[in-house]
Amino acid sequence: MRHRSLLVLTAVLTTGALTLTACGSRDDDKKGSGDSTGSAKTTVVIGVDAPLTGQNSATGLGIQYGVQIAVDDANKNNLVPGVTFKVKALDDKALPATGQQNATALVADNTVIAAVGPLNSGVAQSMQQVFNTANMVEISPSNTNPTLTQGKDWNAGKKVRPFKTYFRTATTDALQGGFAADYAYNTLKKKSAFVVDDKQTYGAGLAGIFKDKFGKLGGKIAGTDHVNTGDTDYSTLVTKIKNSKADILYYGGQYDESELITKQLKAAGVNIPLMGGDGMFSDTYIKTAGKASEGDLATSVGVPVTTLAGAKDFIATYKAKKYPGDYGTYGGYSYDAATAIIKGVKTVMDANGGKLPAMNDARAKLVDAVQKADFDGIAGHVSFDEFGDTTNKQLTVYQVKNGAWAAVKSGTYNG
Amino acid sequence: MHTLPQQLANGLFIGSMYGLIAIGYTMVYGIVQLINFAHGEIYMTGAFGALAVWTNLPDGTSIWLALPLMLLGGAIVSVLIAIAAERFAYRPLRGAPRLAPLITAIGLSLALQQAIFLWYPGADNAKSFPQLPGGPYHVGSISIQSGDIFLVCAAVVCMIGLAAFVRTSRTGRAMQATAQDPDTAQLMGIDTNRIIVIAFAIGGFFAAVAGLASGLKYGQVKYDIGFQAGLKAFTAAVLGGIGNIYGAMLGGLVLGIAESCASAYVSNIPGMQQLGGGSWANVWAFVLLIVVLLVRPQGLLGERVADRA
Repeated sequence: MRHRSLLVLTAVLTTGALTLTACGSRDDDKKGSGDSTGSAKTTVVIGVDAPLTGQNSATGLGIQYGVQIAVDDANKNNLVPGVTFKVKALDDKALPATGQQNATALVADNTVIAAVGPLNSGVAQSMQQVFNTANMVEISPSNTNPTLTQGKDWNAGKKVRPFKTYFRTATTDALQGGFAADYAYNTLKKKSAFVVDDKQTYGAGLAGIFKDKFGKLGGKIAGTDHVNTGDTDYSTLVTKIKNSKADILYYGGQYDESELITKQLKAAGVNIPLMGGDGMFSDTYIKTAGKASEGDLATSVGVPVTTLAGAKDFIATYKAKKYPGDYGTYGGYSYDAATAIIKGVKTVMDANGGKLPAMNDARAKLVDAVQKADFDGIAGHVSFDEFGDTTNKQLTVYQVKNGAWAAVKSGTYNG
Repeated sequence: MHTLPQQLANGLFIGSMYGLIAIGYTMVYGIVQLINFAHGEIYMTGAFGALAVWTNLPDGTSIWLALPLMLLGGAIVSVLIAIAAERFAYRPLRGAPRLAPLITAIGLSLALQQAIFLWYPGADNAKSFPQLPGGPYHVGSISIQSGDIFLVCAAVVCMIGLAAFVRTSRTGRAMQATAQDPDTAQLMGIDTNRIIVIAFAIGGFFAAVAGLASGLKYGQVKYDIGFQAGLKAFTAAVLGGIGNIYGAMLGGLVLGIAESCASAYVSNIPGMQQLGGGSWANVWAFVLLIVVLLVRPQGLLGERVADRA
């Protein structure tokens, strides 16, 4: 009988816990619905979805606090009179299913006007439809997969925008992969590349584009392979690369895997650089891979945030507040994405006599306002083309030098 | 095919790791017929225990001097968690239907993973782990890292030690008796509770050795390494014949070599290009498991099923 009572207790506790969580997610529904007309300030919430724990969390936190700083600045400077902005950050753990749940939660919360995120292209795919149905703006500071804005046949020249509510402040892999191939072939004079990806939307897409462009430039593809995210042992892969005599390894994926691959590659005595995309452009990569990362390369969207005059205050604030995570890659883009939303809210209110329309209406009107966004952000000029892609097509190649990422080439790339 | 020796060696190294972890599954299963799914996490906590010792040693300590201390630290953490798991999570459920402890094990696994994630400083990203100096060493066309040498030596020493312990010591024979028939063993004056605790403790120690070896080999540890390693080790234990300690080691080696050869060579077979490569390693590992279980349901070195009720 003792066992049965234990089971009953567990069941009761579990049910209790579940009920409490369910209550918890709703408690802020009541306060400040969008159409309050009093003189008191209206609260408008900007949702954030990014991986805040686990894989990719260093970059994910950079997004959360990038938005936080934008919101704090807007409140401090009273950018939109009568409105106080707030951030509601949800953790998607880099999982598409969790991202979709978060999107649903944000849409259901009628204080949330728009969302910034997610980090991963694969997660974005699961969220786009949810936001689109709710007419809610979603601006990703980091998604680079071309299909998100240009449809699945983009490479064949048939570009169709699948979701009118989805925007991004980062440029696409179509440009990033080509820029990387160009740098590897023409600047580094590498002739034979081994291409590996992690089978995810982002990684496989990027690696495919690199392979394509590198081949077209006249380079040789010495071999290809795919890995699973979460793997730790890459000895088989390393042996294959060694045997292929490639002089550069291109990896499409995140730093969680590439830091292990580069370490095991160099330990086996294969001294060729590993090159990747913005997914591995993180200080964590160097910290974890240590000396093995020396000479490795990564492309990233935009120009280095530290060289931007507009971003100086941003970086100072980020450091002063001791926010966790890594602002280097997408912090500036997250700030700009949030600012695009904030400025959009102002446009919507101005057109409505200085008041915020009812939330459903406000969300729909914000889509048009963001589409027409046109201002100078901290990471460059912010405006969107007919697909929702940023018109800022700057890219930078970084290389690990003396244990830190150093920008070696910046430029625009048009395919 | 001239990479074959290197790929076999790669398989052997990763296989030794699977084998070391698999011992924990197989010992506990052999004695209480419980699949301790939290064992992968015990391996992970062992690695973190060793890392904690290293971080608290003064800077500049030689790695060779630190190694025994790290092993000790990892072993203490793993063994204590294994014993506590047995005492507080599994013993109260010993008479319960088999599903109850199984679910408990899964819950415990999640709890341990999240506990490390929350409370170990900086564990939300991969933590750097010290690596052994020297290497790579070259034997013919094979190149071997120092970490791999440690791993294989540790596996061999541990296996010999365990075999001697189970065969010759009084406690070892009591374990065999308990595995065959716990009730009769108890009637013969064996304290079966003590034997079960010892089985968990030995499993924990082996997991700590594997954890330390994995840290030294890969140069990093992460809070979620236990899940996949645990799954592979469980597969190895079943492949070799669950309940049999030699089977666990053999299963680990076979699994490791099969994985590395499959991901290296399947794509070379005409018409199979799509099914090769590193991402298919797990698929081939499980294909092997299914084939072995179809031909020999009791696993390679077979548990003597007739003894079980």
